[in-house]
Amino acid sequence: MNLLYGEEEQELRSAVRQVLADRSPWPAVLVRTESDEPYDRSLWRTLAADIGCAGLAVPEKFGGAGASWREAAVVAEELGRAVAPVPYLGFVLATAALLASEDEELLPDLAAGGRTAVLALPLSTPPGAAVWASVHADGASLTGTVTSVADALAADILIVPTPDGLFAVDAADVTRTPIPSLDLTRPLCDLSLHGASGRVLGDGEAAERAWSAALTAGAAVLASEQLGLAEWCLDTTVEYVKGRHQFGRPVGSYQGLKHRLAELWVSVTQARAVARYAAGCVADDDSDTAVAVSLAQAHCSPVAVRAAEECVQMHGGIGFTWEHPAHLYLKRAKSDAIALGTPERHRAALATLVDLSA
Amino acid sequence: MDFAAEDLRDRVRDFLSSHDHAATDRLEFLRARFDAGLAWISFPVGLGGLGAPRALQPVVDGEFGAVGAPNNEPLRIGIGLGMAAPTILRHGTEEQRRRWLRPLWTGEEVWCQLFSEPGAGSDLAALGTRAVRDGDDWVVNGQKVWTSLAHEARWAILIARTDPTVPKHQGITYFAADMTAPGVEVRPLRQITGESEFNEVFLTDVRIPDAHRIGDVGDGWRVAQTTLMNERVAIGGGAVPREAGMIGVVARTWRDRPDLRTPGQQDTLIRLWVAAEAGRLAAQRLREQLAIGQPGAEGSAVKFAYSRLNQEISGFELELLGEEGLRYEDYSMRRPSIVEWERRSPGYRYLRAKGNSIEGGTSEILANIIAERVLGLPSEIRVDKDLPWKDLPR
Repeated sequence: MNLLYGEEEQELRSAVRQVLADRSPWPAVLVRTESDEPYDRSLWRTLAADIGCAGLAVPEKFGGAGASWREAAVVAEELGRAVAPVPYLGFVLATAALLASEDEELLPDLAAGGRTAVLALPLSTPPGAAVWASVHADGASLTGTVTSVADALAADILIVPTPDGLFAVDAADVTRTPIPSLDLTRPLCDLSLHGASGRVLGDGEAAERAWSAALTAGAAVLASEQLGLAEWCLDTTVEYVKGRHQFGRPVGSYQGLKHRLAELWVSVTQARAVARYAAGCVADDDSDTAVAVSLAQAHCSPVAVRAAEECVQMHGGIGFTWEHPAHLYLKRAKSDAIALGTPERHRAALATLVDLSA
Repeated sequence: MDFAAEDLRDRVRDFLSSHDHAATDRLEFLRARFDAGLAWISFPVGLGGLGAPRALQPVVDGEFGAVGAPNNEPLRIGIGLGMAAPTILRHGTEEQRRRWLRPLWTGEEVWCQLFSEPGAGSDLAALGTRAVRDGDDWVVNGQKVWTSLAHEARWAILIARTDPTVPKHQGITYFAADMTAPGVEVRPLRQITGESEFNEVFLTDVRIPDAHRIGDVGDGWRVAQTTLMNERVAIGGGAVPREAGMIGVVARTWRDRPDLRTPGQQDTLIRLWVAAEAGRLAAQRLREQLAIGQPGAEGSAVKFAYSRLNQEISGFELELLGEEGLRYEDYSMRRPSIVEWERRSPGYRYLRAKGNSIEGGTSEILANIIAERVLGLPSEIRVDKDLPWKDLPR
């Protein structure tokens, strides 16, 4: 499997990076975290519809661009790099579930960047988890709660997994309570359904397949987000230690910092390789996908956290302030490490997958 | 004079029999305790102490605590007690000690520290706040940062540059600054937790009487060493029983929440428990050493270990909690006087602990101190040591 980026992927990256630089520089991201509109809907429309990010992984027969999860993962890298407040991860999870369900009704509109759907599950849901049983269906009427859901505040449609099947629900029919979230740029909410009307997308084995496909694709794309985040932290820190003078010389001239940054760079290059491999496996439906995804999560989560922590530390006092962007990345990195399974859960999953159980 | 714990207990009982804490105004009671030498017993007679060993202080505090006598809220006045007081005692004049130590100990006058600057953090000696002599006064201009309690403080310990033409360590002078003087402006500085524990302090033509200078002109760096050594002890060296710190919070969660337990997390938890216990016992040894002398570079080792451990434990706690770790308490801007991390959310603990390896000497600087002063390794090649401050590269 080729782990390099293709020319089209690089063009896609440039387009996304340009839009984010113009529309979502970090001071704007920081201000938005304390506003009434934590998600930037207008930016998301531009990315989803105009750039075409929403349809990348969707085949042409469902109205998509017929690219793959590889391209979708490149978008995640750039969004991670900018800690952009758009509902991409939730959207990826929902799209993967709908693709597995071969749903012709929603996919064309979603792929065109019309409406936005997200998957209703606690963001921390680990790989291999059983379907969340906190919502039950009585016919097409859904009742229950789902806590700590990412991106649902920006969604038009909620894809709700239940033990009775997978349902599409109009977000307006669901009570969404924002909760104070560690990650300021991906605020969570709790969902409460009281007899909300749902359309069944699949049940039984089909619903199980959709659930599992969503978690797998989501975790793979998340690894790319973590990669982009780690790269931003590394780049920003390297620039800072070149310019910050203490004791009459740049602090980056001290081996105490230099060697840590060199080690971080090595880890980030490995993160790029495992994230690319995971995205490629999901794109190709490779038989090694489960291993690739848990490998990517087990590696990229701690690398992103370390990059963000070093970014704070090597900036010194200024990195501990609200007015510097480092904390936005620290909060996203730590939240991402818990999202879709902690590294510990992925290591445990790997132990079974590669026959290294205790 | 030899002191035994029993002598001290008798003194406290005598004091309490003639001073009914329930019937006495809180401040009057604390002032009387100070005057009886039962405040900080290792201080000299007449300055709140008895010249007794520091190790016996818990005996006295315990006796007062046992009857429910009011204390001086040591957490609120930690900078005064831990940093300003030892410096004033060691380097101040007799008049300065008499003026400042009593209201400092009783908490009537809160102290803050005006040391760090935006351009002088790890390299504190490069500080640029200027103090220029004008008659019997000094006129001070500059900007300080990371000042806790500046908005509540009456006094500040301040270091400023009095001679820019000599190498940086030689041109610094130490002062006590009146925080209510004209030209002192305090602005809250918000941290990654959302709160503002610290402040920026802008000094514009602030006049400080020469009588408020502590130590000789140009000797401020040496005076500041007393303050800084005590700071690192204050940050990292508190007395703690087993599982009293952050490890205790996580250990309780583990015992109360079987649903969270996995073999992988258990291994991490035990590793952290071992590190916490090793750090706790090392801190205890340091306190025992301090009871018989002044703090040395070993205080840096305690703070170094404590910072890393707090960060590792709080990071682990969030991942152990999983979904709950994704939720926060409240990022809205507040100005707390005391950091009470044990009562706060795991997310707050994680974020606040990030400051531990930056405040009061970064872990990188502490590692240098250990390497150079304890191990005697050759120091970094210093390009700035002999250059006049005004010619330093910035």
